[in-house]
Amino acid sequence: MTRASPPSEAAGGRLRVRAGRFPWLLVVPALIGLAFLVLPFAGLLARAPWATLGTRLLLPEVRGALWLSLTTATAATAVAVVLGVPLAWLLARAEFPGRRVARALVTVPLVIPPVVGGVALLLALGRRGILGRHLDEWFGLTLPFTPVAVVIAQVFVAMPFLVISVEGALRGADRRYEEAAATLGASRAVVFRRVTLPMVGPGVLAGAVLAWARALGEFGATITFAGNFPGRTQTMPLAIYLAMQESPESAIVLSLVLLGVSLLILVALRDRWVGAV
Amino acid sequence: MTEQETGSTGGEDAGAGLDARLALDRGAFRLDAALRARPGEVVAVLGPNGSGKSTALRALAGLESLAAGRIVLGGEDITTMPAERRPVGMVFQDYLLFGHLDALDNVAFGPRCQGAGRAEARARAAELLERMGLAEYANARPGALSGGQAQRVALARALAVRPRLLLLDEPLAALDVHARASVRSELRRRLADLDCATVLVTHDPLDAMVLADRITVLEAGAVVQEGPPGEVAQHPRTAYVARLVGLNLYRGHARGTRVAVAGAAQGEHAEVSLSERREGEVFVAFPPRSVALYRERPDGTPRNLWRLRIDGVERFGDQVRVHLDGDFPLLADITPEALAELELGGGVEVWAGVKATEVRCYPA
Repeated sequence: MTRASPPSEAAGGRLRVRAGRFPWLLVVPALIGLAFLVLPFAGLLARAPWATLGTRLLLPEVRGALWLSLTTATAATAVAVVLGVPLAWLLARAEFPGRRVARALVTVPLVIPPVVGGVALLLALGRRGILGRHLDEWFGLTLPFTPVAVVIAQVFVAMPFLVISVEGALRGADRRYEEAAATLGASRAVVFRRVTLPMVGPGVLAGAVLAWARALGEFGATITFAGNFPGRTQTMPLAIYLAMQESPESAIVLSLVLLGVSLLILVALRDRWVGAV
Repeated sequence: MTEQETGSTGGEDAGAGLDARLALDRGAFRLDAALRARPGEVVAVLGPNGSGKSTALRALAGLESLAAGRIVLGGEDITTMPAERRPVGMVFQDYLLFGHLDALDNVAFGPRCQGAGRAEARARAAELLERMGLAEYANARPGALSGGQAQRVALARALAVRPRLLLLDEPLAALDVHARASVRSELRRRLADLDCATVLVTHDPLDAMVLADRITVLEAGAVVQEGPPGEVAQHPRTAYVARLVGLNLYRGHARGTRVAVAGAAQGEHAEVSLSERREGEVFVAFPPRSVALYRERPDGTPRNLWRLRIDGVERFGDQVRVHLDGDFPLLADITPEALAELELGGGVEVWAGVKATEVRCYPA
């Protein structure tokens, strides 16, 4: 060679340094893990009734369930953002007694079975619940077994994902920018809106995507708190479970739809905005 | 101590500018320093890392609470005022420009927070950028600016709130060596034009000498010296300042033309001869370049002569700096030729001579 070759050339050429011993101990379990995650979907695709797929998709109960799932999951994500971002700020930035307890409480919905969450929601917001009783008496509001209940159940299980993601972003953000804003006369609310929020934007988006995905897949709390009324509270996961009892082929179709929709949206968002997560 | 004289309140112009005594504890570290700056005056707080100078600046900005003392600015006590209400502008060490806003909106941020409308704030920001010679960079994001440009945007942003006190934290530290020289003299001009009080913090004596009207030297949380740059450079009062300005400094007791240097053993080696008579506690100082080194004891002229051991030799500009240890440790700058002629090396004992007329002596 007459002149030094750039690194890219060397990397692909014969000057590339050979790797050491192949790391079997890592690669083998990794491949088994990957297969374990992918195989069920292969089964789904293999058993799909492709011939009748088109007609099944157009059934009104399929469309109804899909529409309900998409709208409630999106509404739940919006609520989770509106309530969860300030909550994350409080946990990350404010000093108050019981902050550790509050942080622990936020993660409770992550660790309890969703069915238990649904029971708890029913006891709190149901017609005879501690809060629901008053809602019924004073405003004539009955939450359980309505589309609103679907959203509430989804917010309950999905918001912790958002709070944890945003809180992490807030802790990682350089607080000196907030100090700089304060020296320029910005109140804490203005600092949050004009400096902090733009800095943690990717974290909020990542959290929202996680929350949306979790809300879309929500089953246990929904069926307990909101019931299973087609067209009103029957979301896709509920419809799939029910279909599985009667005609497995319908369940497969519904599962494919849900899989396709979530993959489509998650992949699109991840590639565009959530590169770091 | 000097800080007690200046720390007391009620000076000749207590109403204008900054008059502060800052006391706070950070674990084992204690900061207790008095700082004053008249309107239009630039005061440099000079100190080594960990001397508390940045903490002092943060306390003035309201980003740090005091344990004791008070901060009076323009006659108003702002000791407990929240940062966002203080009439203080701050330029941070790495500028901290908001990455999601362009230069114009960075500068307009402060006026907006103070209640100006969007158009008014932008107009003021545009005017300031123009003054900084950055009109064509108004729509540039901070990431696209050079270090010097970013510093000017940060300065414009701090000035946009029309502060009565401007704070600069290591204003040149984030720049590379090439940019530093030009930005330093440019900053000097801009600071000289301001009518607010300015306090800047630096560990670089050159920055302090060039930028400031007055220097306050902070060591281990306390003010150890204060005065105009020339005065501080000529008459250092601590080893730290002496090292910064490149002087050999000793403290001793003068009797007539002889000074017994404290700390060294009593005897010939610990004495310094002066060209004029002095009495009492004094500092003696002389520059390393006034020291001559000899292998053999020279006859005649130099009045001060010490037998010392060479501890190390390093390059210093076009000179060679020789570290000498013994009863009277000192630094000597000699030419490389002189070094070669003397055939000096580590561990060799030599005679070091300084003329009495080269020795500065001032009261301690």
